[in-house]
Parts: sequence; structure tokens; C-alpha cells
Amino acid sequence: MQSDASTTPKPAAASHAPGPRVEIPLSSPVPGAAAGTAASAEIAIKVRGFSSWYGQFQALKSIDLDIPARHVTAFIGPSGCGKSTFLRWINRMNDTIPGARAEGTLELHGDSLLGKAVDVVELRRHVGMVFQKPNPFPKSIYDNVAFGPRLHKTYTRAELDELVEHSLRQASIWSEVKDRLHASALGLSGGQQQRLCIARAIAVGPEVLLMDEPCSALDPKSTLAIEELIETLADRYTIVIVTHNMQQAARVSDRTSFFFEGRLVESDATENMFTKPRNKQTEDYVTGRFG
Amino acid sequence: MAKARSGAARLLQDRAFLLTCLVATNVAVVVLFVLLASIFWQGWDTLSWKFVTSFASRKPSEAGILAPLMGSIWVCSICGIVALPLGVGTAIYLEEFAKRSTFTRIIQTNIMNLAGVPSIVYGILGLTAFARMFGTFGTNVEDSISVGNEESLFFLRLPFGSSVLAGGLTLMLVILPVVIISTQEALRAVPSSLRAGAMALGATRWQTVWGITLPAAIPGIMTGAILSMSRAIGESAPLLVLGGLLLVFNTPTNLMSDFAILPLQIYNWAQRPQDEFHYIAASAIIIQLVVLLVFNGIAIFIRQKLQKPLQ
Repeated sequence: MQSDASTTPKPAAASHAPGPRVEIPLSSPVPGAAAGTAASAEIAIKVRGFSSWYGQFQALKSIDLDIPARHVTAFIGPSGCGKSTFLRWINRMNDTIPGARAEGTLELHGDSLLGKAVDVVELRRHVGMVFQKPNPFPKSIYDNVAFGPRLHKTYTRAELDELVEHSLRQASIWSEVKDRLHASALGLSGGQQQRLCIARAIAVGPEVLLMDEPCSALDPKSTLAIEELIETLADRYTIVIVTHNMQQAARVSDRTSFFFEGRLVESDATENMFTKPRNKQTEDYVTGRFG
Repeated sequence: MAKARSGAARLLQDRAFLLTCLVATNVAVVVLFVLLASIFWQGWDTLSWKFVTSFASRKPSEAGILAPLMGSIWVCSICGIVALPLGVGTAIYLEEFAKRSTFTRIIQTNIMNLAGVPSIVYGILGLTAFARMFGTFGTNVEDSISVGNEESLFFLRLPFGSSVLAGGLTLMLVILPVVIISTQEALRAVPSSLRAGAMALGATRWQTVWGITLPAAIPGIMTGAILSMSRAIGESAPLLVLGGLLLVFNTPTNLMSDFAILPLQIYNWAQRPQDEFHYIAASAIIIQLVVLLVFNGIAIFIRQKLQKPLQ
């Protein structure tokens, strides 16, 4: 049913969104898109004519976007531009907000993520989330990581031990915590807590990881650790990161999308976005002239 | 215009404030100390194991508090066992599940108001609802319906009459609003980021509440429980209305047993003209304090036990 949107994107884009919009050239290599960018990647999340509201307020206006699998996609834009709102629709965290609703197409590998028929509990197993402020549970490090898996399945002690170790290793925090797995997670530093939260998200075996400004509450050293981690994780996970930090977007992401006042202004390979943006607003924003 | 304030005057003001606060604190401490000292002074000599293990008597030297002591323990245990799950359940529903609507606002306002209702009113309600059951089963004792074996702990008789069950349920009504409100406060104090974290891992609302929110709120909930149980132990008015008895010569054996309670026994002895009764009233107060401490100790123990994984 969405075939028209993918085969004839131009009319759809024109009718939904005034102003400049560039269709993402996923299927054809773009000049300047170096190896490692999403030039020929498989699409994980497909968005067409997506709008959302909080009550009467329209937070997102007809978004069209393709998010490539196993790459890092960064969302940038000034506060209130809708980037976090959009992120929170991908795992339906907006369901908890009274008056939040959405229209349009939002698909993960062809399965719609919208509507009452979607099992949000199952969805969130596939789409993990890391929050702005590290939010470890007031439990032991081990129990933090084991919490997610235990929700969905019964494990033997040995299986769970292995899963916890594997998740902590993937989040590059194993060596720091392996001797105190049963100590409280609240005793960790902010950066360690955030990596623990990433390990916790990984433990349920998601394919998409949503990160909502994951470094904004961290010091530069911890930020670097998280950024390195994001790069290694991109081999296995589709990562979508919201960030206020332009340098961070430039450092970690393969593709960047610029949101402004609820619209997706421009979306392209990160290099292009920062060196030769096609839109004036994007240029002003990435060069720090507003926002 | 901006005149420098004298350093000495500000220092004096500071000292005066500190002194006022100290005096205020010490008034409470001194009153408590005097109270405790006078009670121990009067009651210590007559306090004995025999006093704890004897039933009531017309002679103060032979009178004991076994029946009211056991009655208070039974009634308060029933009260706590019923009030905690009900109160915590209500609070969880209102805080974690219910949508904000006119209906929930009405419930919320009602609970707030109920917390301020004089306890004697609950006594009248308990008398009507539990002891007499609105007269559904007639008003004569002979008309009551028995369920189960009289030897069994869970023997029931409808209506409940002046039984420990009716007493416990009546006290439950008294403390329920406090339990609900303090549990709500405790749940509200749990950061919403923890709920979001659990939900984002694919937890259902039940799993979020049971696995994250409730454990994090346990210390607050137990503090509320301690305060309300202390109140329940000291309440006498509602059970007076219910017909809490004074001359009981057996300890409760099942939910339908008659009962006496410590506060009423203390009142009864304290109002008698003979000094000897005043002494054993003081002894009974000491016992009541011990019971209070034990109940609070149990609640604190549970709190520590449940908090362990957090440390």
C-alpha cells in the first residue's frame, strides 16, 4: 500500500511539504558519499508523510525519511523542533503522553509501527532506547542488565550470566564492572551509568537503538567513550541519535537529518550536510548562525 | 539608601532565631520525658509477668491485661493485613494506571476528606456495616448465620457483631486514607525516568510497577504504614462505639471472638477513684508502648529486608 510513496516520491513530497526537500538517495550512490555512508544500505525505518500532534499542537509536519539499517543517523535541530518527538514515536514512548497522536506511514522493515494493533511491548524489544539522563534502576549492575531479558523469557542462571557479560562487553564497560556486578548501579559514574544503560538496552536483543541526547549530561571524557561505543555498535545495530552537539553529529553519524519547526528540512550523508548543505537554513544552523 | 546592616545586630538576630528553634524542640522533648518518667514511676512496681498473663479483676492486685493485650494485637494485625494491600493497591491504581479524569479527581478528593474525618464516625460506620451489616441478618444474635467450624481460625458469623474481625475492619477504615495518601506520595517520589527506562525495555505496566516502581517506593510506603499502625494501636473511640468490651476472660481464638483493647482498658482503670488502679493503668501504658515499638520494629525490619537489593 505504500508502494506509491516509494516509487513516486516527488509528488508526495511536494504536496506534503512546502519548502526545499531532498529525497534521500539511498538506492543510488551520491557523489561525495564515501565508503561507510548509507549509499546502498538496506532501509530499516521508512517514514512517509508522517505528522504528529500533542493535542492541538502539531509537533511534526509530514516527515519523509529513510533510516538505513546498521548505520548511525543523527537528528539535529534547535530545541522544540520535533526531533525528540519523532524519536519517541519510533518505539511508541509517546503513548504515555495524553493527547499525543500521529498520522502517516512509519514502518520498521515494512511493518507499521502505528495504530492500536501494534504490540508496543514487542516493538520495544526490537527498538531499544537510551535516555538523555542516565537512568539506571536502583538495583545491582547485574540486575539492571538482566531486567530486560527477564521480562520476556525465563533464563537459566548460566544463560543469564552469559547474556549479562556479553551485553556489558558490547557496551565496553565489562572490564570496569566485572568485579562488582552485584554492587549498586547507582555507585557508578555518570558515564559508566550511561554505558550500563546501553548494555541494558542491548541485552533484550534489539535491532534499533534510539538515543535521545545520550551525552548531554556527561563530561567530555565520558562523551568520547560513548561516541566510540556508538561507532562500534553501528556494525550490528541501527542507531538513531538525537543531539544538540553539531560536532558530535559530525563525528559519529553516517547520515544527518536537520529538523526545524516540526519539518524535516534536509537529510543527507553527514559529510554533505556539514560541508555543502543544499538548504540555507541547514547551512545557517550547522555553521552556528542560529539555533 | 542601601544602608549597611550592622554586623552585631545580624549576629544577634541569628542567635535569637537559633534559640527559639532550640526551645521549641526542647518543649516537645521535655513533655515527652516528663510523661514517660511519671508513667514509669507509677507503673513500674506493679508491672510483672503475672500482670501480663492475667485477666481482668475487681481487685487491682490481681488484675491483668492479657485479654486487652491479645485483643489489641489481634485487632491491629487484622487491620494491617487488610489495610496495607487495599491501600497500596488503591494508590497504585490512582498513580500508575488511572487516567486523569473527573472520576479519579472525585475519588482523590474523597480520600483526602476521609483522612480528616473524626475516627468516631468510622466507629459508627463500622458498627453499621460490619457489626450489624445494615440489619440484613436481623438484629438478634440468634438470627446470625454461622459459616465454618467454630474451632477454626476462620470461623465466620454474619453479621460480625463485636468481634475482632469487625474491630480490625473498622480500624482499617480509619487508617486506609492515610495508607493510600502516603503510598501515593511514595510512588510520586519515584523518578519517572525509571518508569520510562522499564517501559523502553518492553516492560508491561504491571512489570514496571512490580519490578521498578514499587520496590523503589517501599521505604516511603512502609513509613506511612508505621505511622498508620501507630495510630491504629492507639485508637479507642471507634472500637468503643463498636462495643469493645472490658470484662473479657478469654483471649481471641478466631475471627469472631470478643475482644478488649488496651486503650479502653487503660481509660477504664485510670478513671477509677482508687490509686491502685492508677498504678496498673500506668503499667498497661508501658505494655502498650512496648506493643507499639514491636509493631514499628516489624515494619522497619520489613523495610530493611526489602531495601537490601538497593544497597
